[in-house]
Amino acid sequence: MAVSNLAKIEQDPNYQELVRRRSSLGWMLSLIMLVIYFGFILLVAYAPKFLGTPLGHGVTTIGIPIGLSVIVLAFLLTGIYVRKANSAYDTLIRKIVEDNR
Amino acid sequence: MKKYSWAPAILLFSIPTLALAAGAVEGGAKQATNWSAIGMFVGFVMLTLAITYWAAKRTASAADFYSAGGGITGFQNGLAIAGDYMSAASFLGISGLVYTSGYDGLIYSVGWLVGWPIVTFLIAEQLRNLGKFTFADVTSFRLGQTDIRILAACGSLVTVAFYLIAQMVGAGKLIQLLFGLDYWIAVVLVGGLMMIYVTFGGMKATTWVQIIKAVLLLSGATFMAGAVLYKFGFSPEALFAKATEVHPKKLAIMEPGSLISNPLSAISLGLALMFGTAGLPHILMRFFTVKDAQAARKSVFYATGFIGYFYILTFIIGFGAIVLVSTDAAFLDSTILEKTKSGIAAIKGGSNMAAIHLANAVGGNLFLGFISAVAFATILAVVSGLALAGASSISHDLYSMVIKGGQANEQDEIRVSKIATLVLGVLAIFLGIVFENQNVAFMVGLAFAIAASCNFPVLVMSIFWRGLTTRGALIGGFLGLISAVVGVVLSPAVWEVTLGYAKGSAPIKLDNPALFSMAIAFAGIWLFSILDRSKRAALDRGGFDAQYVRCQTGIGAAAATTH
Repeated sequence: MAVSNLAKIEQDPNYQELVRRRSSLGWMLSLIMLVIYFGFILLVAYAPKFLGTPLGHGVTTIGIPIGLSVIVLAFLLTGIYVRKANSAYDTLIRKIVEDNR
Repeated sequence: MKKYSWAPAILLFSIPTLALAAGAVEGGAKQATNWSAIGMFVGFVMLTLAITYWAAKRTASAADFYSAGGGITGFQNGLAIAGDYMSAASFLGISGLVYTSGYDGLIYSVGWLVGWPIVTFLIAEQLRNLGKFTFADVTSFRLGQTDIRILAACGSLVTVAFYLIAQMVGAGKLIQLLFGLDYWIAVVLVGGLMMIYVTFGGMKATTWVQIIKAVLLLSGATFMAGAVLYKFGFSPEALFAKATEVHPKKLAIMEPGSLISNPLSAISLGLALMFGTAGLPHILMRFFTVKDAQAARKSVFYATGFIGYFYILTFIIGFGAIVLVSTDAAFLDSTILEKTKSGIAAIKGGSNMAAIHLANAVGGNLFLGFISAVAFATILAVVSGLALAGASSISHDLYSMVIKGGQANEQDEIRVSKIATLVLGVLAIFLGIVFENQNVAFMVGLAFAIAASCNFPVLVMSIFWRGLTTRGALIGGFLGLISAVVGVVLSPAVWEVTLGYAKGSAPIKLDNPALFSMAIAFAGIWLFSILDRSKRAALDRGGFDAQYVRCQTGIGAAAATTH
C-alpha cells in the first residue's frame, strides 16, 4: 500500500514535472470553467436584455448560441485535459513507475 | 387553478428534478392503463433481471459488489455516469421548463453540466488512485479513520436520503400518470425492483441497468428532437419562429425570464449545481468501477459529452412541445384551456408531461409507450444507484471501517451491505408513501447543497491541502452539513412553499444555501486545521507526501480484480 521509496520519487525530475504540469493545467482549466459559467450567470442576472438581442432579422437571440456554447466549451475543456493527460502525463507516469521500482 | 400559480416557484427551487413532478403533476387525473407502455416496460424489466442474474453469479467479493471488480471500461462508465445524471427528472423536468419558460430551461441545463469539467480536472483520477469503494476511502486516507468515516457516512447518507425520497415520490406520481397504476403500487414496484438489482447484482447489475437505460434514453431523445427538427426542415430558426408565435409569452421565451431574478440567488444555485456534482456519493462511486486513473478520466469525458448532448436535445424537445403539444387539443385539458386560453397552461398532467405528449405527437402510441417505459426505467436505474451508494456507506464506512476497525470479514461486509440495501429499500418505500402529498421539490436542491457543502470541501481539501487535519475536516464538514440543512429550511422553498409561512417572510432569501454554506465549510476546515496542534494533526500532515505521490502516480492504487 504505502509508497516505499517516497523520497526518491519526490526527487525524480519526471515526477516534479508531472506535478507541476498537471496541477497548473487542472487549476487553470477549472478557473476558465468558473469564469465562463459565472460570466454566463452574471449575464443572465444583470443583462437578460442583452441575451435577448435578436440575431439578424430572425427570432433567434444571441442568448441561444451563448448558452449552447457554454455546454460545448465545458465538453471541449474536458477534452483538452483528457488529451493532454493521455499523451503527456501518462508517459511521465510510466517513466516514474519504471524508474522507481 | 391555484396549483398553476405556484408552479413556477416549484420549478425554480426544485431544479430539474423528478420531484417537481410531485408539485406540477398533483391533481392530474390518473391515465387509462397504457398497455403498449407496460408491455415495453415489462420487456425492460425482464432484460434487467436477466442481467442481474448474470451479474449475481459473478459477484462474489466485496470488490465485485461495490465496484464491479473494476472491470468496467471508460466508455461504459461514461454511459453509466451519464445515466445516473440523466434522471427522469432532468428529461421531463428540463423539457417541461423549456415548454413553460423557453430560455430559462437552458440556464438550468448549463448549470447542470458545468460541474463535470471540475470533476475531470480535480477529482476523477485522484479518486481512482486513492480510493477503493467509497469516497470516504479518499478523505480518510491519511486522516483519523473513525471520525472521518462517520462524517463521510453522514454526508453520504443524508445526500442519498433526500435524493431518494424526491425520486420515489416523483416516481410514484409519474408512473401513476404514465401507466395508470396506483401511487402505492408504483412506489412498491420501484422499491422492490431496486432491492433485487442491488442485493443480487451489486454494482455490476446496477451499472449495466444504467448503461442500457442511458442508451435507450439517448436514442429516444435523439429521435424526438430529430423528428421535431425534421418538421421544420432542420432549421432551428423556423422552430423558434413558430414557437414564439404560439407561446403566450411570445418573444420573451427567447431570453432569460423571471425564474432567475436575484443575482445572489442565481450564483448560489450555480455553486450548488457545479460543486454538488463533485460531491454526490452515487456518482463518485462510479470512478472505482474502472481499472485505472486513465479510464476514470476518459469516463468523465464521455459522460460530459453524453450529458451535454442530452441537454441540447431536451432544449429542442421543449420547443418542439410548445409547437406541437400546446396547439393540439388532444393533449390539453379543455376546462383549463377555457379559463386560461393558453395551451401551455392547459397541458394534461402538467408541464412535466410535455416530453411525453410530444412523443405521442411525433411517434404515435407505440413511441409514447417506448418513452414512458424509458422514463420508468430511468427512475429504476437512478434509485438503484442511490441505494447502492447508501448501502456501501453503511457497510464499508460504518460497519467495516468504524465498527470492525477495518478487520471485517469480507463476506460479512457484503451481507451487511445487502441487509442495508433492503432496509434502505423498505425505508424508501415507506417514506415515498408518507411524502405522497407533501411538496418534496426542495429535496434535490438540498441534496446538492449538502454534497457541495460537506462532501466536496472535505474531499477536495483532503486531496490538495497538506495542512488539513482530522479535527479541521470534522468540524468544517459538519458545519457545512448543518448550515446547508438550516439554510434550506429557512429558504423560501421550504419556509414559504412547504411550511406555508407568508410570502416574503423567509429569513434567508437565497433559494439554495451553497453560497454561504460552502464558505462556512471551507472557512471552518481551514481555521480548525491551522489551529490544530494535536498529536493526530502531526500525523495527518505527515501523511500528505505519501498520499500525494500515490494520488499523482497511482503507485499502490487498488487494482482491478477482473474475472
